[in-house]
Amino acid sequence: MRDRPSIFAVLIACIALPMAGATFTAAQEKSIVVASTTSTQDSGLFGHILPVFTAKTGITVKVIAQGTGQALDTGKRGDADVVFVHARAAEEKFVADGFGVKRYPVMYNDFVLIGPGNDPARIKGMKDIAEALRKIKADAAAFISRGDKSGTHQAELNLWKAAGIDIAADKGPWYKEIGQGMGAALNTAAAANAYVFADRGTWGSFKNRGGLDISVEGDRRLFNQYGVVLVNPAKHRHVKKELGQTFIDWLISPEGQKAIAGYRINGRQLFFPNAMAPGA
Amino acid sequence: MHAPRSDLPIVLEDVSIRANDVTILDRVSLDLVPGAPTILIGPNGAGKSALIRLAMGLIAPASGRITWGGKTATDGRRRAVVFQRPVMLRRSAAANITYALKLEGIPRDRRTERAAGLLDQVGLSNLAERPARRLSSGEQQRLALARALACDPEVLFLDEPTASLDPAATKAVEDLVRAIAQTGVKIVMATHDLGQARRLAGDIVFLLRGSVRERAPVDKFFSSPATTEVSAFIRGDIVI
Amino acid sequence: MPDGASALSLILAGDPSLYAIVRLSLFVSLSATVLAAFVGLPLGAALALVHFPGRTFIVVITNAFMGLPPVVVGLVVFLLLSRSGPLGFLGILFTPQAMIVAQALLVLPIIAALSRQTIEDLWVEYRDELTAMRVPPAGRVATLLWDARFSLVTTLLAGFGRAAAEVGTVMIVGGNIDGFTRTMTTAIALETSKGDLPLAIGLGFLLIALIVAVNAAAWGVRRIGELRAG
Repeated sequence: MRDRPSIFAVLIACIALPMAGATFTAAQEKSIVVASTTSTQDSGLFGHILPVFTAKTGITVKVIAQGTGQALDTGKRGDADVVFVHARAAEEKFVADGFGVKRYPVMYNDFVLIGPGNDPARIKGMKDIAEALRKIKADAAAFISRGDKSGTHQAELNLWKAAGIDIAADKGPWYKEIGQGMGAALNTAAAANAYVFADRGTWGSFKNRGGLDISVEGDRRLFNQYGVVLVNPAKHRHVKKELGQTFIDWLISPEGQKAIAGYRINGRQLFFPNAMAPGA
Repeated sequence: MHAPRSDLPIVLEDVSIRANDVTILDRVSLDLVPGAPTILIGPNGAGKSALIRLAMGLIAPASGRITWGGKTATDGRRRAVVFQRPVMLRRSAAANITYALKLEGIPRDRRTERAAGLLDQVGLSNLAERPARRLSSGEQQRLALARALACDPEVLFLDEPTASLDPAATKAVEDLVRAIAQTGVKIVMATHDLGQARRLAGDIVFLLRGSVRERAPVDKFFSSPATTEVSAFIRGDIVI
Repeated sequence: MPDGASALSLILAGDPSLYAIVRLSLFVSLSATVLAAFVGLPLGAALALVHFPGRTFIVVITNAFMGLPPVVVGLVVFLLLSRSGPLGFLGILFTPQAMIVAQALLVLPIIAALSRQTIEDLWVEYRDELTAMRVPPAGRVATLLWDARFSLVTTLLAGFGRAAAEVGTVMIVGGNIDGFTRTMTTAIALETSKGDLPLAIGLGFLLIALIVAVNAAAWGVRRIGELRAG
């Protein structure tokens, strides 16, 4: 019979060595963890701009894509080095509470109101989002909300308010909150032939459109500002502040801004760099 | 002269064993001394297996006392048992032996050689590498014997070792038991086969319903039994 | 991965990012299973052989934990490994190491509960013999585990299947980072949320094929072993 102890030794080696090796490599390589949102990931932006950054600096960027709320929480816990989301008020509070160092505006994209091909509320082509939302409510047209406290969800709620509607009180069975991300919301809307509020980036790379198309776009109130914040090393000593700051500096540099502007889907630019814009 | 650390004689004083209100052994007193094989005989349910387990030290009596070489407890290293259906480990025949040798603390480099010797003793040398579970019942029984001998026992218990074997295998096992007895190992064997008892015994202990009814050297047992139960049993009647 | 490509064409084209995902999935789930076996097999055998006060309770809990929700395990491990958590100093959150640990926790009850049952059944057969040979308790555990090795292969496969199939645990503790912690299941979830359903389904079939392949390999090992050792 074979010598049992040596089989165990082999098994232990099979587990321990890769684990140790991987941890060692992780410590050696230059990398940062960026907590960002599902909309930036799903749009494919990172796939486009990060290789440019890594080629220039040799720093690997590991992106965790979560909802805005979760991304900021990840930053608060110190599990990420940089936070890159689109909820200005929450980002500023993040800094004010001492979890972040400084907020830099980076880019904006816009939201669009997506709707079924047969347009039951007859809002297609309208330029006034508030008016369109009022029509949807009046006609009780099916509407899918992300309902997950994400940046997109917050923007949607703000627009209902702008339309003079207290959606929490006035919603009916036509308004369905699914508590999930953008992709899931689009899937659901496609299946249910409903209206849904989406960021243009995710919509641009979304493949399961069914009969859906853009109903309303272009209203200034639909603009969505992104900001980036370095997690405060005073709160979490291990934060890679030099590498993180390098990433932030690149994003707002002319080169980074150009990379962002260069990302297109179907020839259409999705994100508009505005790091230098006042009051962004 | 060295003081032997011996398990013999094994003395049972008034031991009883019960299970679920059924008395399996009823105030049995018996001593097992070095010498010729002691055969336990009796119908099924007489308590032979329980007696063997007790003398082996596997179970404790509900009442009464048992001592080995005068001690109430020993490490039992010089006692071994072979059951009617031995359990072979899922490995080769030789590996089953080296397993037992390892338990005895034999160092690795000596194990193979000793295992080979034991296999040779029981006539299984050519089957050393065969998976033990694929040996025939007779071969497995002989392997069990070899395994029991690995600890160089003083006393070897056998609980109806040939009850499930064909005549050829039975003869092979009996020949082995006889050979082992001749090397000085005390054999205590249970059987319900009268012929086997006659062939192998030094003395015979007749058990019926949990108590010892008669004990005698083999010749006297068969020629002039003291009890009617034994006479009936020898005659071939069913004894209840 | 390129948009619009079906999984099949990716496989045929030998897409490196796809292979990286497959390698990571196998590495994480196989390592988790081995790690869980390391702890779970002796634990299961001990539960089978040792009757201590409270044993019934532990057995019931172990059986129940076979159905631990992966997302809950993921969340608990995340809270432990977060920099703000007690084990944050290890710094392994969002790495494959964390995924292995979390999946091992998920798989551990399965291996412990099933091996306990197997060993308990085997002990009935072996009890007299091992007791008569005066095998010490640790030796009994080792002997029974080794003799039950073929049945235990099935137990390990059950554990591996659970690990390879789940998404909740590895999503939360791994973060689905492209190129680092993206496994087949998290990739499927991602492609679904991007609406690329054909790709997601293709990956799903590939995952199933991988699991079948692992099972077939284990069956082969078991057969060969059985033929050789009886």
